[in-house]
Amino acid sequence: MNISVASGKGGTGKTTIATNLALTLGKVQFIDCDVEEPNANIFLKAKIRESEKVAIKIPEVDKTKCDFCSKCSEFCAYNAIAVVPSNVLVFPELCHSCGGCELVCPKDAINWNSRIIGRVEHGQAEGIDFYHGLLNVGEMQAIPIIKALKKKVDKSKNVIIDVPPGTACPVIESIGGSDYCILVTEPTPFGLYDLKLAVQVVKHLNIPFGVVINRDGIGDKQVETFCQNENIPVLLKIPEKKMIAHLYSKGIALVNESYEWHEMFGQFFNRIQEEVKK
Amino acid sequence: MKQLTIISGKGGTGKTSITAAFASITKNAVFADCDVDAADLHLIFKPNVIETMSFNGLKIASVNKEICTECKKCYDHCKFEAINENITIIKESCEGCGVCEYVCPVDAIKMIDRNSGFSYISESRFGPMAHAILKTAEEASGKLVTVVRNNAKSLAEKKKKDLIIIDGPPGIGCPVISSISGVDLILIVTEPTLSAIHDLERIIGVAYHFKIPIVVCINKCDINLDNTKKIEHYCKSNNIEIVGKIPYNSLVTEAMIHEKNIIEYSKGNFSDMIIDMWDKVKGRLNA
Repeated sequence: MNISVASGKGGTGKTTIATNLALTLGKVQFIDCDVEEPNANIFLKAKIRESEKVAIKIPEVDKTKCDFCSKCSEFCAYNAIAVVPSNVLVFPELCHSCGGCELVCPKDAINWNSRIIGRVEHGQAEGIDFYHGLLNVGEMQAIPIIKALKKKVDKSKNVIIDVPPGTACPVIESIGGSDYCILVTEPTPFGLYDLKLAVQVVKHLNIPFGVVINRDGIGDKQVETFCQNENIPVLLKIPEKKMIAHLYSKGIALVNESYEWHEMFGQFFNRIQEEVKK
Repeated sequence: MKQLTIISGKGGTGKTSITAAFASITKNAVFADCDVDAADLHLIFKPNVIETMSFNGLKIASVNKEICTECKKCYDHCKFEAINENITIIKESCEGCGVCEYVCPVDAIKMIDRNSGFSYISESRFGPMAHAILKTAEEASGKLVTVVRNNAKSLAEKKKKDLIIIDGPPGIGCPVISSISGVDLILIVTEPTLSAIHDLERIIGVAYHFKIPIVVCINKCDINLDNTKKIEHYCKSNNIEIVGKIPYNSLVTEAMIHEKNIIEYSKGNFSDMIIDMWDKVKGRLNA
């Protein structure tokens, strides 16, 4: 089973839920798809043993062949190539590697170079097969790294995917193919508003989902009312406690601190399995 | 005109609550919510929308099945796996490059406009505001951020405002880079957790990469005093000014529930700390 853990709003506790669930279950595959700001390994503490570069293809113009006809720059939907009198400029961070410039070039002047934009790392932590991706600082495109991570999914295992915040393309890429999606929120107006956006995303993708309310008690009852009215199961509530925030701040997983939490996350997983069977 | 962007790397550290609080202190600013995937600033600002503009992001391929001969040239050339073997476009994957239209030998594919969201120009009790909504499962959030920033700029010119305050998105990628490019100062809101510290280092790297000056606010600084010291030490050794150390306070959430910012909601010590932080930020902006 492939379970993704998402939220519209950032900082609601996605990584807390994903890592505690993984540590409770043990033999799972864990994939941190928040390649802009990956934090899961702060809690899982996997020893990284392999690192693989992620590169994208970027055009390079052979200026001995190019006659500056501008066909490539006219075609490029991303303004990643510009032709000025007797020169061609490529803006690598804008390029989506679609290959269009090469197709339209009448002089066969386009060659391809690799540009490294990040890496995928792999390691083990207490039986957890761990992967995360890191977008290089200053790079724009998270998608190719998320795609490289998703290729690692082992369908024979339970897979837990930590999804980046938001509702746009990196979220869609990360959640795609999941059997179930956990939406983590907090009981505040911001939490509710962004939960509603996240619900639209999972409905759009036709993925069954349930909600976890983190920091229960800090705000109001609007999230619960919304879930009740929309018939969305509330799978787990984590109370607002200074101790929990403190453990989080030190990078310590809840289930490693007390058996009570271990049991609670076990029940939480059983609940998810029941929901998937429905 | 000066521009300030508030970002954090990690989500949920308090960007929007701090941006909203600044709105009660600054007198001559335009506000721009550039977290277009999950915009929350309007929940406090309660703006009146004056103008709504449709946002067309990337184009999308459309196949005329009556003309299509299923030669699969488009399928073979698409680098985004956005066309399946039945020559159906997978909307979520199409990045609008136009290669399929170009290679189609019978002109069965056209690139058409794709409505990806809306941008708004609004008026609020704090003054003018530019914001937007990206539709579910759409691309081009970076492009929409640029639209919001351009709207904010023209608002500032029209209303003779000398400052734009931008509430940025989490992360370090495309929409973040669009939110910070060319601004005068970045305020990074962090918190004393190992996750936020890790993310802080990455977002500082992005600011350095684009050569934009930064200041830091440590929010919820009392949840782990050792980590707060670590952040202070890190900032000191990198010559980064810490403009505020704000303790955890449940008033922030209470204010949010009442659709108010913290300055409107409570006039105590806590608000004074935010006012003091704003003075330091303003000092840096005008330096």
